[in-house]
Amino acid sequence: MCLKAKDISFRYAKHQSWIVQNLNFCVEQGTCVGLSAPSGAGKSTLAMLLAGYLTPVEGEILLNEKPLSKKGICPVQLIYQHPEQTVNPRWRLRKVLEESGQISEELLAALGIESAWLGRFPQELSGGELQRFCVARALMSGAPFLICDEISTMLDAITQAQIWHVVCDEAKKRNMGIVVITHNYHLARHLCSQIYDLHKIQNTEKI
Amino acid sequence: MDNKQNPPILEVDNLSISFQMYDGRFDQKALQIISELNIKIYAGEILAIAGSSGSGKSLLASAILGILPNNATVTGKMCYNGQMLTPKLQKRLRGTEIALVPQSVDFLDPLMQVGTQADGHKKPFPTQKRRRFFQRFGLPSGIEKCYPFQLSGGMARRVLVSTALIADAQLIIADEPTPGMGLEQALDTLKMFREMADDKKAVILITHDIDLAFAVADRIAVFYAGTIVETANAHDFQIGPVALRHPYSKALWRALPQNEFESIAGVQPYAGNLPKGCLFAPRCKCKTPRCMQESPPLRMLRGGEVRCFCAK
Repeated sequence: MCLKAKDISFRYAKHQSWIVQNLNFCVEQGTCVGLSAPSGAGKSTLAMLLAGYLTPVEGEILLNEKPLSKKGICPVQLIYQHPEQTVNPRWRLRKVLEESGQISEELLAALGIESAWLGRFPQELSGGELQRFCVARALMSGAPFLICDEISTMLDAITQAQIWHVVCDEAKKRNMGIVVITHNYHLARHLCSQIYDLHKIQNTEKI
Repeated sequence: MDNKQNPPILEVDNLSISFQMYDGRFDQKALQIISELNIKIYAGEILAIAGSSGSGKSLLASAILGILPNNATVTGKMCYNGQMLTPKLQKRLRGTEIALVPQSVDFLDPLMQVGTQADGHKKPFPTQKRRRFFQRFGLPSGIEKCYPFQLSGGMARRVLVSTALIADAQLIIADEPTPGMGLEQALDTLKMFREMADDKKAVILITHDIDLAFAVADRIAVFYAGTIVETANAHDFQIGPVALRHPYSKALWRALPQNEFESIAGVQPYAGNLPKGCLFAPRCKCKTPRCMQESPPLRMLRGGEVRCFCAK
């Protein structure tokens, strides 16, 4: 199975300039690839396009040569760079996790989530603690592809290592495909088999 | 390490912060998040605060500015330029003398163009100055007319940083100013903080990018579970575990992807459930029976401070 972006272009409005243009990109299941580019180059936009939060203006996103299904849990899960914006502020965290299925105690322990946190509201946890919930939520959904958009910048180095070890172990076990977006070059080199430069995979054909 | 001639610009003495929380339907309990914390910061220096996420680093920033939520109780003493920091003084100082670079890009008003909100309330609007900052940060000129949702994470961060720098404050508290920025921009931002510090201002830099922090900071304070376990010269972090004092700082250094990318077992203790002795003892490899019983006091060691019985 592979997740493919085929000639995609995106802009928010007709009078604005393109954020992503003629981009071609492909991730195989079971591999971990990195994406790097300066801030504001469209990395997060690409992440949202791949995960189906935005629809490309031109081109298409294909999973196994078919468009992403609109029903059920999306097979491409995005972990966003601002965890506080991706959890419902009026839900306790137990409910946030239950949204993606059966809570796996084992996974929670591996991510270092205390059971007491499940009864709290998002504003009562720190950014790093919330991000663990977002990682748990994405992994519990059973999706075969994961887009990690700067998921560990708000974490200390020890927690960063801890969470990436969990994600990588889980990915290996379930043969998942992972896209890692990060500014940390050392981290990308550690995790990814290949690192793409966003500028190099765009504008390849028509200019 | 201390430059004794000048008094510190900010002195935090024995600070504790606790929160009132509901425990069950009717009972309330106090949850102590920060305990017995001491820091001093002098004009002309950058103090980096590193450490575990959820250890209370951002709360310290809120406490200094007096913007904690209502259910928080603060004990201990804070002095700014020798004056006690009272709520009234905090209200007067924040935004003018003490500026904050907030941690989350949520702090931007979603319904306001970023140029206008970076100008702030000061009249006349410092538009020219703000444009210089935006240019310096490499933000294209059209950005000032954009709304926060139209910006990338790194751009929004740079807007936040310029918002704080425009105030021309004496003390800048930067709460994770660099995530989402590329390496060059991050270094450039830190270089600007360095320039501010060289200009006799003081900067508290809360960050997880310790590899970047030790390049610009003078001292690094390491937080764990609501207290400072070690204060070291930035140089010690450059050398590595041999020069560091506390086992947690050593583990932090080892966990960096460019070093060993090695995590340690366990999690930081939960605030309501702190261990009896040393806070790090449950995860520490070199703990002794004494560490499980007594909480180690802060002591001087090799030009730094450490909270550990075993550090040599």
